[in-house]
Amino acid sequence: MTRGARHLLFAFGGTLVAVLFVWGVLGMPQFGSTDHPYRDRSVHAAAQHETPNVVAAVNFDQRGFDTLGEESIFFASVIGAAALLRPTKEEREQQKSGGGGVGDVMASTRFAGYVLLPLTLLVGFDVVAHGHVTPGGGFQGGVVLATGFHVIYVAGRYDALEKVRPVTLFENGEVLGALAFAGLGFAGIAISGSFLSNVIPFGSFGSFLSAGTVEVLNFAVGVEVACGVIVLLAHFFEQAIKLRDGSRAES
Amino acid sequence: MSHYAYFVAGWLLLMGCFGIVRSRNLVHAVVCLAVAQSGTYVLLLAVGYQRNAPAPVFGSTKKPTTKVVDPVVQALTLTDIVVSATVTALLLALAMQIAKRHGTVDPDELTALEG
Repeated sequence: MTRGARHLLFAFGGTLVAVLFVWGVLGMPQFGSTDHPYRDRSVHAAAQHETPNVVAAVNFDQRGFDTLGEESIFFASVIGAAALLRPTKEEREQQKSGGGGVGDVMASTRFAGYVLLPLTLLVGFDVVAHGHVTPGGGFQGGVVLATGFHVIYVAGRYDALEKVRPVTLFENGEVLGALAFAGLGFAGIAISGSFLSNVIPFGSFGSFLSAGTVEVLNFAVGVEVACGVIVLLAHFFEQAIKLRDGSRAES
Repeated sequence: MSHYAYFVAGWLLLMGCFGIVRSRNLVHAVVCLAVAQSGTYVLLLAVGYQRNAPAPVFGSTKKPTTKVVDPVVQALTLTDIVVSATVTALLLALAMQIAKRHGTVDPDELTALEG
């Protein structure tokens, strides 16, 4: 299709969508009103299971099965991206001659990187660990944890990043996180007869040991997301840095 | 004014699609898709909004009340963001493969189907 025809088709389709959208919006309930029937039910259900973070209660307790699906999408996409980014035979030969050295960054940037590494990991762990009582959770904390490792790369040391990030270990960690989530679901079947039911004692509202399975599932997801993001970025890095250096060394 | 947030959501969706249509670079198209998808976050959060209501996280001292914004759509938004991130990662990996195989990332130059 030529560009002109494509623009024309978009002008037609876009206008149609815009008209339907505006029509739909004008029939919506009043914006910012107090009428939220699902909110009332989910807040009530979260309070019954002693979970102060209602969003976490919705994700890991009330609709835990959906989150298992979401987590599986994440898992599958990391595998898919890893398969797509596999180096070809010629690239693998190039790679042997290449190697990431120290980048050209200021000493202060490098220092900031080493200071931020433990700090970011601590924040990430905190976000995962308190996902049931404060804003946060496994997905958010997992991304923060994965980012923490890559602060070393920003500090200009790709070889140091490779040392703290053995990819095989993190690949296994990702599988372990996914298995733990599904395993807890089957534990729910064994104990109370329904998949992913909240079978751990709820504890008292707002304390660290509360909310039953919500926190355990948060940890499983946190491990999986942190490992998955690290594996994913490792494959992109491999393509972008090692191969580039390899071809540079050759020429 | 009361429908403002909904229109922002629709605007983001259409502008993201418009960017994909006009795109001359696959990486640019992937980012446009992310923009279009962010319209769904705004729409979901707008649906759950309530005026002068705090976030649905109570802490240890506050008693749970229903005078908060809707947590169900916030949980859906979280799911949405995770899916968006995975889709972006997969499409970028595909774009890299296309660049390697065809030597271009301009969608207009990728005309022939390869068996």
